[in-house]
Amino acid sequence: MAETILQVSNIETYYDKVRALHGVSFEIKEGSITAILGNNGAGKTTTLNTVMGLLDDQPDKGTIHFSGERIDGKDTEKIVAKGIGYVPEGREVFDELTVKENLLVGAYLRKDRKGIQEDLDKMFSFFPVLKDRLQQQAGTLSGGEQQMLAISRALMNRPKLLLMDEPSLGLSPALVKMIFDIIPMIRDEGITVLLVEQNANMALKVADFGYIMENGRFVTSGTAKSLQEDEDVKEFYLGIKTEVSVKGQQRYKRKRRWG
Amino acid sequence: MLGQLIVSSLVVGSIYALLALAMSITYKASEVPNFAQGEMAMISTFMAFVMLSSYGLPFYAAMLITVVFAFVLGLLLEFLFLRRAKMPTPLNLIVITIGFQLMLYGFAGWKWGSDQRQINLPFSESKVIFQNDIFALTELNLATLIIAVVVLVVIYLLIQRTKLGLAMKACQQNINASRMNGISANRIMAITFGISSVVGAMAGILVAPILTLDPSMMWDPLLKGFAAAVLGGMKSLHGVVIGGLLLGLVENLFGFYISIEFKSVVAFAIIVLILYFKPSGLFDKHYVRKV
Repeated sequence: MAETILQVSNIETYYDKVRALHGVSFEIKEGSITAILGNNGAGKTTTLNTVMGLLDDQPDKGTIHFSGERIDGKDTEKIVAKGIGYVPEGREVFDELTVKENLLVGAYLRKDRKGIQEDLDKMFSFFPVLKDRLQQQAGTLSGGEQQMLAISRALMNRPKLLLMDEPSLGLSPALVKMIFDIIPMIRDEGITVLLVEQNANMALKVADFGYIMENGRFVTSGTAKSLQEDEDVKEFYLGIKTEVSVKGQQRYKRKRRWG
Repeated sequence: MLGQLIVSSLVVGSIYALLALAMSITYKASEVPNFAQGEMAMISTFMAFVMLSSYGLPFYAAMLITVVFAFVLGLLLEFLFLRRAKMPTPLNLIVITIGFQLMLYGFAGWKWGSDQRQINLPFSESKVIFQNDIFALTELNLATLIIAVVVLVVIYLLIQRTKLGLAMKACQQNINASRMNGISANRIMAITFGISSVVGAMAGILVAPILTLDPSMMWDPLLKGFAAAVLGGMKSLHGVVIGGLLLGLVENLFGFYISIEFKSVVAFAIIVLILYFKPSGLFDKHYVRKV
Protein backbone atom coordinates (compact mmCIF):
# COMPACT_ATOMS: atom_id res chain seq x y z
CA MET A 1 0.00 0.00 0.00
CA ALA A 2 1.41 3.35 -1.04
CA GLU A 3 2.08 6.08 1.50
CA THR A 4 -0.41 8.91 1.94
CA ILE A 5 1.24 12.07 0.60
CA LEU A 6 -1.56 14.55 1.23
CA GLN A 7 -4.09 14.20 4.03
CA VAL A 8 -6.88 16.75 4.21
CA SER A 9 -9.10 16.38 7.25
CA ASN A 10 -12.41 18.09 7.64
CA ILE A 11 -11.47 21.53 6.34
CA GLU A 12 -13.94 24.39 6.37
CA THR A 13 -13.19 27.48 4.31
CA TYR A 14 -15.07 30.77 4.48
CA TYR A 15 -15.28 33.67 2.09
CA ASP A 16 -16.13 36.41 4.58
CA LYS A 17 -19.14 34.90 6.32
CA VAL A 18 -20.09 32.44 3.61
CA ARG A 19 -18.91 28.92 4.16
CA ALA A 20 -17.66 27.49 0.89
CA LEU A 21 -16.31 24.15 2.10
CA HIS A 22 -18.34 22.24 4.65
CA GLY A 23 -15.85 19.81 6.09
CA VAL A 24 -13.90 18.34 3.20
CA SER A 25 -11.68 15.32 3.81
CA PHE A 26 -9.63 13.32 1.38
CA GLU A 27 -6.29 11.70 1.06
CA ILE A 28 -3.94 11.16 -1.82
CA LYS A 29 -1.71 8.13 -2.21
CA GLU A 30 1.82 8.68 -3.34
CA GLY A 31 2.31 7.96 -7.03
CA SER A 32 -1.38 8.07 -7.91
CA ILE A 33 -3.53 10.32 -10.03
CA THR A 34 -6.56 11.54 -8.11
CA ALA A 35 -9.37 13.49 -9.70
CA ILE A 36 -11.83 15.81 -8.00
CA LEU A 37 -14.89 16.29 -10.16
CA GLY A 38 -17.80 18.61 -9.86
CA ASN A 39 -19.79 21.40 -11.44
CA ASN A 40 -19.13 25.10 -11.38
CA GLY A 41 -19.20 26.48 -7.87
CA ALA A 42 -18.87 23.09 -6.21
CA GLY A 43 -15.77 24.21 -4.32
CA LYS A 44 -13.06 22.42 -6.27
CA THR A 45 -10.84 25.45 -6.82
CA THR A 46 -11.49 26.62 -3.27
CA THR A 47 -10.23 23.25 -2.04
CA LEU A 48 -6.99 23.63 -4.00
CA ASN A 49 -6.52 27.27 -2.99
CA THR A 50 -7.00 26.26 0.64
CA VAL A 51 -4.39 23.52 0.34
CA MET A 52 -1.98 26.01 -1.25
CA GLY A 53 -2.57 28.57 1.50
CA LEU A 54 -3.68 31.20 -1.02
CA LEU A 55 -6.70 32.25 1.05
CA ASP A 56 -5.79 34.42 4.03
CA ASP A 57 -6.49 32.85 7.42
CA GLN A 58 -8.11 29.78 5.84
CA PRO A 59 -8.99 26.95 6.43
CA ASP A 60 -11.04 28.08 9.37
CA LYS A 61 -11.26 24.52 10.72
CA GLY A 62 -9.57 21.25 9.91
CA THR A 63 -6.02 20.24 9.15
CA ILE A 64 -3.88 19.56 6.08
CA HIS A 65 -0.85 17.31 6.27
CA PHE A 66 1.71 16.94 3.50
CA SER A 67 4.10 13.99 3.90
CA GLY A 68 3.13 13.84 7.55
CA GLU A 69 3.86 17.53 8.14
CA ARG A 70 1.13 20.00 8.96
CA ILE A 71 0.90 22.73 6.32
CA ASP A 72 -2.41 24.53 6.92
CA GLY A 73 -1.91 28.16 7.89
CA LYS A 74 1.56 28.29 6.35
CA ASP A 75 2.55 30.79 3.67
CA THR A 76 2.09 29.70 0.06
CA GLU A 77 5.79 30.05 -0.70
CA LYS A 78 6.67 27.76 2.23
CA ILE A 79 4.17 25.18 1.05
CA VAL A 80 5.64 25.32 -2.46
CA ALA A 81 9.12 24.91 -0.99
CA LYS A 82 7.98 21.69 0.69
CA GLY A 83 7.23 20.21 -2.71
CA ILE A 84 3.73 21.02 -3.90
CA GLY A 85 3.39 22.45 -7.40
CA TYR A 86 0.29 24.29 -8.56
CA VAL A 87 -1.09 24.79 -12.04
CA PRO A 88 -3.76 27.40 -11.36
CA GLU A 89 -7.10 27.78 -13.07
CA GLY A 90 -6.79 30.13 -16.03
CA ARG A 91 -3.04 29.47 -16.37
CA GLU A 92 -1.80 32.69 -14.73
CA VAL A 93 1.43 32.75 -16.71
CA PHE A 94 3.47 35.95 -16.46
CA ASP A 95 2.22 37.69 -19.60
CA GLU A 96 5.09 40.13 -20.00
CA LEU A 97 7.91 37.72 -19.27
CA THR A 98 9.32 35.50 -21.98
CA VAL A 99 8.60 31.79 -22.00
CA LYS A 100 12.10 31.14 -20.73
CA GLU A 101 11.75 33.63 -17.89
CA ASN A 102 8.45 32.03 -16.92
CA LEU A 103 10.18 28.67 -16.67
CA LEU A 104 13.04 30.14 -14.66
CA VAL A 105 10.56 31.68 -12.22
CA GLY A 106 9.29 28.12 -11.78
CA ALA A 107 12.82 27.10 -10.80
CA TYR A 108 13.18 30.09 -8.45
CA LEU A 109 13.80 27.96 -5.36
CA ARG A 110 16.48 25.82 -6.99
CA LYS A 111 20.17 26.56 -7.05
CA ASP A 112 21.51 23.76 -9.30
CA ARG A 113 22.09 25.32 -12.72
CA LYS A 114 22.80 22.00 -14.36
CA GLY A 115 19.64 20.37 -13.02
CA ILE A 116 17.59 23.36 -14.16
CA GLN A 117 18.97 23.04 -17.69
CA GLU A 118 18.18 19.32 -17.70
CA ASP A 119 14.64 20.02 -16.58
CA LEU A 120 14.24 22.70 -19.24
CA ASP A 121 15.18 20.10 -21.84
CA LYS A 122 12.72 17.67 -20.31
CA MET A 123 9.94 20.25 -20.59
CA PHE A 124 10.82 20.78 -24.26
CA SER A 125 10.50 17.05 -24.81
CA PHE A 126 7.03 17.11 -23.22
CA PHE A 127 6.02 20.27 -25.09
CA PRO A 128 8.25 20.89 -28.12
CA VAL A 129 6.31 24.03 -29.03
CA LEU A 130 7.69 25.82 -25.96
CA LYS A 131 11.18 25.55 -27.34
CA ASP A 132 10.18 27.42 -30.50
CA ARG A 133 8.57 30.14 -28.43
CA LEU A 134 11.38 30.49 -25.89
CA GLN A 135 12.02 34.24 -26.33
CA GLN A 136 8.41 35.17 -26.95
CA GLN A 137 6.30 36.96 -24.35
CA ALA A 138 4.02 34.47 -22.66
CA GLY A 139 1.02 36.74 -23.15
CA THR A 140 1.27 36.26 -26.90
CA LEU A 141 0.94 32.48 -26.67
CA SER A 142 -2.29 30.69 -27.47
CA GLY A 143 -4.38 29.31 -24.62
CA GLY A 144 -3.09 25.80 -25.14
CA GLU A 145 0.54 26.92 -25.20
CA GLN A 146 -0.03 28.94 -22.04
CA GLN A 147 -1.45 25.84 -20.38
CA MET A 148 1.63 23.86 -21.39
CA LEU A 149 3.78 26.67 -20.03
CA ALA A 150 1.89 26.73 -16.73
CA ILE A 151 2.32 22.97 -16.33
CA SER A 152 6.03 23.15 -17.20
CA ARG A 153 6.54 26.09 -14.85
CA ALA A 154 5.06 24.13 -11.96
CA LEU A 155 7.20 21.09 -12.83
CA MET A 156 10.41 23.14 -12.91
CA ASN A 157 10.45 23.16 -9.12
CA ARG A 158 10.48 19.33 -9.12
CA PRO A 159 7.40 19.02 -6.93
CA LYS A 160 6.44 15.77 -5.23
CA LEU A 161 2.77 16.57 -5.65
CA LEU A 162 1.26 18.51 -8.54
CA LEU A 163 -2.14 20.16 -8.20
CA MET A 164 -3.80 20.90 -11.53
CA ASP A 165 -6.87 23.11 -11.68
CA GLU A 166 -8.93 22.48 -14.82
CA PRO A 167 -6.10 22.03 -17.30
CA SER A 168 -8.66 21.41 -20.05
CA LEU A 169 -10.50 24.70 -19.56
CA GLY A 170 -11.10 26.49 -22.84
CA LEU A 171 -8.93 24.20 -24.95
CA SER A 172 -9.79 22.47 -28.20
CA PRO A 173 -10.48 18.72 -27.99
CA ALA A 174 -7.12 17.91 -29.60
CA LEU A 175 -5.25 19.95 -27.02
CA VAL A 176 -7.33 18.50 -24.20
CA LYS A 177 -6.28 15.06 -25.36
CA MET A 178 -2.67 16.12 -25.52
CA ILE A 179 -2.74 17.54 -21.98
CA PHE A 180 -4.39 14.38 -20.69
CA ASP A 181 -1.78 12.27 -22.42
CA ILE A 182 0.91 14.16 -20.55
CA ILE A 183 -0.63 13.62 -17.10
CA PRO A 184 0.27 9.88 -16.86
CA MET A 185 3.76 10.79 -18.08
CA ILE A 186 4.10 13.24 -15.22
CA ARG A 187 3.03 10.49 -12.83
CA ASP A 188 5.63 8.19 -14.35
CA GLU A 189 8.25 10.78 -13.40
CA GLY A 190 7.34 9.98 -9.79
CA ILE A 191 5.09 12.99 -9.27
CA THR A 192 1.75 12.46 -7.59
CA VAL A 193 -1.06 14.31 -9.37
CA LEU A 194 -4.24 15.83 -8.02
CA LEU A 195 -6.47 16.85 -10.88
CA VAL A 196 -9.52 19.06 -10.59
CA GLU A 197 -11.82 18.83 -13.58
CA GLN A 198 -15.24 19.44 -15.00
CA ASN A 199 -14.44 17.15 -17.88
CA ALA A 200 -15.26 14.00 -15.90
CA ASN A 201 -14.98 11.74 -18.89
CA MET A 202 -11.36 12.53 -19.62
CA ALA A 203 -10.38 12.85 -15.99
CA LEU A 204 -11.69 9.41 -14.99
CA LYS A 205 -9.85 7.82 -17.90
CA VAL A 206 -6.45 8.86 -16.56
CA ALA A 207 -7.19 8.91 -12.83
CA ASP A 208 -6.79 6.10 -10.31
CA PHE A 209 -9.14 7.57 -7.73
CA GLY A 210 -11.95 10.07 -7.94
CA TYR A 211 -13.96 12.26 -5.63
CA ILE A 212 -17.17 13.97 -6.62
CA MET A 213 -17.96 17.31 -5.11
CA GLU A 214 -21.19 19.23 -4.81
CA ASN A 215 -21.94 22.39 -2.88
CA GLY A 216 -18.75 22.32 -0.86
CA ARG A 217 -18.94 18.63 0.12
CA PHE A 218 -17.75 15.36 -1.28
CA VAL A 219 -20.76 13.32 -2.21
CA THR A 220 -19.10 10.18 -3.45
CA SER A 221 -15.69 8.74 -4.01
CA GLY A 222 -14.00 5.59 -5.18
CA THR A 223 -11.63 4.20 -7.70
CA ALA A 224 -11.92 5.74 -11.14
CA LYS A 225 -13.26 2.45 -12.49
CA SER A 226 -16.04 2.17 -9.93
CA LEU A 227 -17.04 5.80 -10.54
CA GLN A 228 -17.18 5.25 -14.27
CA GLU A 229 -19.66 2.46 -13.66
CA ASP A 230 -21.73 4.27 -11.05
CA GLU A 231 -25.22 4.96 -12.39
CA ASP A 232 -25.47 8.46 -10.96
CA VAL A 233 -22.04 9.49 -12.09
CA LYS A 234 -22.82 8.18 -15.54
CA GLU A 235 -25.99 10.19 -15.73
CA PHE A 236 -24.94 13.46 -14.18
CA TYR A 237 -21.29 13.73 -15.12
CA LEU A 238 -20.56 11.45 -18.03
CA GLY A 239 -23.75 12.21 -19.94
CA ILE A 240 -24.63 8.57 -20.54
CA LYS A 241 -28.29 7.97 -20.01
CA THR A 242 -30.50 5.08 -20.83
CA GLU A 243 -34.06 6.06 -21.52
CA VAL A 244 -36.51 4.08 -19.46
CA SER A 245 -40.08 5.20 -19.59
CA VAL A 246 -43.41 3.76 -20.57
CA LYS A 247 -43.92 6.25 -23.33
CA GLY A 248 -40.37 6.16 -24.49
CA GLN A 249 -39.56 9.48 -22.88
CA GLN A 250 -38.31 10.29 -19.49
CA ARG A 251 -40.97 11.74 -17.26
CA TYR A 252 -39.30 11.96 -13.92
CA LYS A 253 -35.84 13.14 -13.19
CA ARG A 254 -33.94 10.33 -11.61
CA LYS A 255 -33.45 11.01 -7.92
CA ARG A 256 -29.90 11.33 -6.85
CA ARG A 257 -28.96 8.85 -4.19
CA TRP A 258 -26.31 10.88 -2.53
CA GLY A 259 -26.39 14.02 -0.44
CA MET B 1 23.95 78.31 -27.31
CA LEU B 2 21.75 75.44 -28.39
CA GLY B 3 24.52 72.99 -27.62
CA GLN B 4 24.89 74.35 -24.11
CA LEU B 5 21.13 74.18 -23.62
CA ILE B 6 21.05 70.56 -24.67
CA VAL B 7 23.89 69.61 -22.35
CA SER B 8 22.37 71.31 -19.34
CA SER B 9 19.03 69.73 -20.26
CA LEU B 10 20.65 66.32 -20.20
CA VAL B 11 22.11 67.01 -16.77
CA VAL B 12 18.81 68.13 -15.28
CA GLY B 13 16.99 65.47 -17.25
CA SER B 14 19.15 62.71 -15.82
CA ILE B 15 18.13 63.77 -12.31
CA TYR B 16 14.47 63.74 -13.37
CA ALA B 17 15.12 60.35 -14.92
CA LEU B 18 16.43 58.96 -11.63
CA LEU B 19 13.41 60.27 -9.74
CA ALA B 20 11.04 58.97 -12.39
CA LEU B 21 12.75 55.59 -12.28
CA ALA B 22 12.45 55.48 -8.50
CA MET B 23 8.74 56.23 -8.72
CA SER B 24 8.24 53.76 -11.51
CA ILE B 25 9.99 50.80 -9.83
CA THR B 26 7.61 50.88 -6.88
CA TYR B 27 4.61 51.86 -8.97
CA LYS B 28 5.10 48.80 -11.13
CA ALA B 29 5.35 46.56 -8.10
CA SER B 30 2.51 47.94 -6.03
CA GLU B 31 0.34 50.11 -8.31
CA VAL B 32 0.97 52.86 -5.78
CA PRO B 33 2.73 56.12 -6.61
CA ASN B 34 4.95 56.64 -3.58
CA PHE B 35 4.48 60.25 -2.58
CA ALA B 36 7.01 59.85 0.21
CA GLN B 37 9.72 59.30 -2.42
CA GLY B 38 10.87 62.92 -2.34
CA GLU B 39 11.04 63.17 1.44
CA MET B 40 12.83 59.81 1.65
CA ALA B 41 15.41 61.21 -0.76
CA MET B 42 15.57 64.44 1.26
CA ILE B 43 16.23 62.58 4.54
CA SER B 44 18.86 60.44 2.82
CA THR B 45 20.51 63.57 1.45
CA PHE B 46 20.59 65.04 4.95
CA MET B 47 22.19 61.79 6.04
CA ALA B 48 24.90 62.32 3.43
CA PHE B 49 25.22 65.93 4.56
CA VAL B 50 25.69 64.90 8.20
CA MET B 51 28.26 62.29 7.23
CA LEU B 52 30.20 64.76 5.09
CA SER B 53 29.98 67.90 7.16
CA SER B 54 29.54 66.80 10.77
CA TYR B 55 31.62 63.65 10.74
CA GLY B 56 33.97 64.71 7.96
CA LEU B 57 33.87 61.33 6.26
CA PRO B 58 35.33 61.03 2.78
CA PHE B 59 32.81 61.26 -0.05
CA TYR B 60 32.79 57.57 -0.93
CA ALA B 61 32.23 56.42 2.65
CA ALA B 62 29.43 58.94 3.06
CA MET B 63 27.82 57.74 -0.15
CA LEU B 64 28.03 54.12 0.97
CA ILE B 65 26.40 54.89 4.31
CA THR B 66 23.73 56.93 2.55
CA VAL B 67 22.93 54.08 0.16
CA VAL B 68 22.53 51.65 3.07
CA PHE B 69 20.46 54.18 4.99
CA ALA B 70 18.18 54.84 2.00
CA PHE B 71 17.75 51.11 1.42
CA VAL B 72 16.74 50.51 5.04
CA LEU B 73 14.36 53.49 4.89
CA GLY B 74 12.63 51.90 1.89
CA LEU B 75 12.40 48.57 3.69
CA LEU B 76 10.90 50.28 6.73
CA LEU B 77 8.23 52.05 4.69
CA GLU B 78 7.11 48.73 3.25
CA PHE B 79 7.55 46.63 6.36
CA LEU B 80 6.22 48.98 9.04
CA PHE B 81 3.51 50.82 7.16
CA LEU B 82 2.37 49.42 3.82
CA ARG B 83 2.41 45.74 4.83
CA ARG B 84 0.32 46.41 7.92
CA ALA B 85 -2.61 47.75 5.91
CA LYS B 86 -5.55 45.37 6.14
CA MET B 87 -7.00 44.51 2.72
CA PRO B 88 -5.67 47.72 1.19
CA THR B 89 -6.90 49.45 -1.93
CA PRO B 90 -4.33 51.52 -3.87
CA LEU B 91 -5.98 54.65 -2.43
CA ASN B 92 -5.35 53.47 1.15
CA LEU B 93 -1.71 52.86 0.32
CA ILE B 94 -1.32 56.25 -1.35
CA VAL B 95 -2.65 57.90 1.79
CA ILE B 96 -0.16 55.88 3.84
CA THR B 97 2.72 57.13 1.67
CA ILE B 98 1.48 60.70 2.10
CA GLY B 99 1.41 60.14 5.85
CA PHE B 100 4.95 58.81 5.76
CA GLN B 101 5.98 61.81 3.69
CA LEU B 102 4.58 64.21 6.30
CA MET B 103 6.26 62.29 9.12
CA LEU B 104 9.64 62.57 7.42
CA TYR B 105 9.04 66.22 6.59
CA GLY B 106 8.13 66.98 10.19
CA PHE B 107 11.13 65.05 11.45
CA ALA B 108 13.54 66.90 9.16
CA GLY B 109 12.02 70.24 10.14
CA TRP B 110 12.46 69.42 13.82
CA LYS B 111 15.98 68.04 13.44
CA TRP B 112 17.51 70.45 10.94
CA GLY B 113 15.10 73.35 10.85
CA SER B 114 14.29 75.26 7.73
CA ASP B 115 17.77 76.77 7.33
CA GLN B 116 19.12 76.47 3.87
CA ARG B 117 22.35 74.56 3.93
CA GLN B 118 25.01 73.77 1.44
CA ILE B 119 26.10 70.20 0.86
CA ASN B 120 29.82 69.87 0.14
CA LEU B 121 30.31 67.41 -2.66
CA PRO B 122 33.86 67.03 -3.96
CA PHE B 123 32.68 68.33 -7.35
CA SER B 124 32.79 72.03 -7.97
CA GLU B 125 29.78 73.77 -9.41
CA SER B 126 31.81 76.46 -11.09
CA LYS B 127 34.99 74.75 -12.23
CA VAL B 128 34.76 74.06 -15.93
CA ILE B 129 36.61 70.94 -16.90
CA PHE B 130 35.64 70.67 -20.51
CA GLN B 131 34.96 73.42 -22.99
CA ASN B 132 34.68 73.85 -26.73
CA ASP B 133 32.79 76.10 -29.13
CA ILE B 134 29.53 74.37 -28.57
CA PHE B 135 29.30 73.76 -24.85
CA ALA B 136 31.04 73.84 -21.50
CA LEU B 137 30.81 71.19 -18.82
CA THR B 138 31.40 71.80 -15.13
CA GLU B 139 32.73 69.19 -12.74
CA LEU B 140 29.32 68.85 -11.11
CA ASN B 141 27.61 68.40 -14.49
CA LEU B 142 29.96 65.62 -15.43
CA ALA B 143 29.67 63.90 -12.06
CA THR B 144 25.87 64.09 -12.27
CA LEU B 145 25.86 62.49 -15.71
CA ILE B 146 28.28 59.75 -14.69
CA ILE B 147 26.52 58.89 -11.43
CA ALA B 148 23.13 58.88 -13.15
CA VAL B 149 24.36 56.58 -15.92
CA VAL B 150 26.00 54.24 -13.42
CA VAL B 151 22.81 54.01 -11.35
CA LEU B 152 20.71 53.39 -14.45
CA VAL B 153 23.04 50.66 -15.71
CA VAL B 154 23.19 48.96 -12.31
CA ILE B 155 19.40 48.98 -12.03
CA TYR B 156 19.07 47.66 -15.58
CA LEU B 157 21.49 44.80 -14.94
CA LEU B 158 19.86 44.04 -11.62
CA ILE B 159 16.43 43.72 -13.18
CA GLN B 160 17.40 42.02 -16.43
CA ARG B 161 20.22 39.73 -15.37
CA THR B 162 19.69 38.58 -11.80
CA LYS B 163 17.35 36.19 -10.10
CA LEU B 164 16.22 38.98 -7.78
CA GLY B 165 15.28 41.05 -10.83
CA LEU B 166 13.34 38.13 -12.28
CA ALA B 167 11.46 37.74 -8.99
CA MET B 168 10.75 41.48 -8.97
CA LYS B 169 9.34 41.33 -12.48
CA ALA B 170 7.25 38.29 -11.60
CA CYS B 171 5.80 39.99 -8.51
CA GLN B 172 5.07 43.12 -10.52
CA GLN B 173 2.89 41.10 -12.85
CA ASN B 174 1.14 38.59 -10.70
CA ILE B 175 1.67 38.34 -6.96
CA ASN B 176 -0.32 35.16 -6.49
CA ALA B 177 1.38 33.33 -9.33
CA SER B 178 4.75 34.39 -7.93
CA ARG B 179 3.91 32.90 -4.57
CA MET B 180 2.76 29.71 -6.28
CA ASN B 181 6.31 29.42 -7.57
CA GLY B 182 7.89 29.85 -4.18
CA ILE B 183 8.74 33.55 -4.36
CA SER B 184 8.34 35.29 -1.03
CA ALA B 185 6.35 38.21 -2.39
CA ASN B 186 6.48 40.29 0.80
CA ARG B 187 10.24 40.17 0.92
CA ILE B 188 10.56 41.07 -2.77
CA MET B 189 8.17 43.99 -2.28
CA ALA B 190 10.24 45.33 0.63
CA ILE B 191 13.45 45.02 -1.39
CA THR B 192 11.78 46.82 -4.29
CA PHE B 193 10.96 49.76 -2.03
CA GLY B 194 14.52 49.70 -0.72
CA ILE B 195 16.02 49.84 -4.22
CA SER B 196 13.65 52.59 -5.26
CA SER B 197 14.61 54.59 -2.19
CA VAL B 198 18.32 54.27 -3.06
CA VAL B 199 17.69 55.55 -6.60
CA GLY B 200 15.71 58.47 -5.18
CA ALA B 201 18.50 59.24 -2.68
CA MET B 202 21.03 59.43 -5.52
CA ALA B 203 18.83 62.00 -7.22
CA GLY B 204 18.53 63.90 -3.95
CA ILE B 205 22.29 64.09 -3.50
CA LEU B 206 22.77 65.25 -7.08
CA VAL B 207 20.04 67.86 -6.89
CA ALA B 208 21.15 69.24 -3.50
CA PRO B 209 24.11 71.33 -4.78
CA ILE B 210 21.93 72.85 -7.53
CA LEU B 211 19.18 73.81 -5.12
CA THR B 212 19.82 74.21 -1.42
CA LEU B 213 19.55 71.60 1.28
CA ASP B 214 16.37 72.09 3.28
CA PRO B 215 13.36 69.94 4.20
CA SER B 216 11.22 71.04 1.27
CA MET B 217 13.96 70.80 -1.34
CA MET B 218 12.51 67.72 -3.10
CA TRP B 219 9.00 69.02 -3.71
CA ASP B 220 9.69 70.57 -7.05
CA PRO B 221 12.12 67.91 -8.37
CA LEU B 222 9.78 65.12 -7.34
CA LEU B 223 6.83 66.66 -9.16
CA LYS B 224 9.07 66.97 -12.22
CA GLY B 225 10.14 63.38 -11.80
CA PHE B 226 6.51 62.38 -11.55
CA ALA B 227 5.72 64.32 -14.72
CA ALA B 228 8.63 62.56 -16.44
CA ALA B 229 7.28 59.21 -15.32
CA VAL B 230 3.81 60.01 -16.64
CA LEU B 231 5.37 61.24 -19.88
CA GLY B 232 7.34 58.04 -20.39
CA GLY B 233 4.60 55.73 -19.16
CA MET B 234 4.71 54.83 -15.48
CA LYS B 235 5.21 51.14 -16.12
CA SER B 236 8.01 51.24 -18.66
CA LEU B 237 11.42 51.56 -17.02
CA HIS B 238 13.28 52.68 -20.13
CA GLY B 239 10.30 54.87 -20.98
CA VAL B 240 10.52 56.88 -17.77
CA VAL B 241 14.25 57.42 -18.25
CA ILE B 242 13.67 58.79 -21.75
CA GLY B 243 10.74 60.75 -20.29
CA GLY B 244 13.08 62.36 -17.77
CA LEU B 245 15.59 63.42 -20.40
CA LEU B 246 12.83 64.64 -22.69
CA LEU B 247 11.25 66.69 -19.92
CA GLY B 248 14.61 68.31 -19.10
CA LEU B 249 15.02 69.21 -22.75
CA VAL B 250 11.53 70.57 -23.33
CA GLU B 251 11.66 72.55 -20.11
CA ASN B 252 14.99 74.17 -20.88
CA LEU B 253 14.19 74.97 -24.49
CA PHE B 254 10.87 76.45 -23.44
CA GLY B 255 12.58 78.49 -20.73
CA PHE B 256 15.13 79.88 -23.16
CA TYR B 257 13.13 80.50 -26.30
CA ILE B 258 9.65 81.20 -25.02
CA SER B 259 9.34 82.25 -21.43
CA ILE B 260 11.62 81.79 -18.46
CA GLU B 261 8.79 82.75 -16.11
CA PHE B 262 6.60 79.88 -17.16
CA LYS B 263 9.41 77.33 -17.33
CA SER B 264 8.26 75.37 -14.31
CA VAL B 265 4.72 75.16 -15.66
CA VAL B 266 5.89 73.08 -18.62
CA ALA B 267 6.09 69.87 -16.60
CA PHE B 268 2.52 70.18 -15.45
CA ALA B 269 1.28 71.13 -18.88
CA ILE B 270 2.95 67.93 -20.09
CA ILE B 271 1.13 65.83 -17.47
CA VAL B 272 -2.19 67.29 -18.59
CA LEU B 273 -1.47 66.84 -22.29
CA ILE B 274 -0.25 63.28 -21.85
CA LEU B 275 -3.26 62.31 -19.78
CA TYR B 276 -5.48 63.82 -22.49
CA PHE B 277 -3.92 62.19 -25.50
CA LYS B 278 -1.97 59.12 -24.42
CA PRO B 279 -2.68 58.23 -20.81
CA SER B 280 -0.43 55.18 -20.89
CA GLY B 281 2.57 57.41 -21.66
CA LEU B 282 4.76 57.61 -24.72
CA PHE B 283 6.68 54.38 -24.30
CA ASP B 284 4.43 52.06 -22.40
CA LYS B 285 4.09 48.86 -24.36
CA HIS B 286 1.98 47.20 -21.79
CA TYR B 287 0.68 43.85 -22.87
CA VAL B 288 -3.08 43.93 -23.06
CA ARG B 289 -4.64 40.66 -22.10
CA LYS B 290 -6.70 39.08 -24.82
CA VAL B 291 -10.08 37.86 -23.76
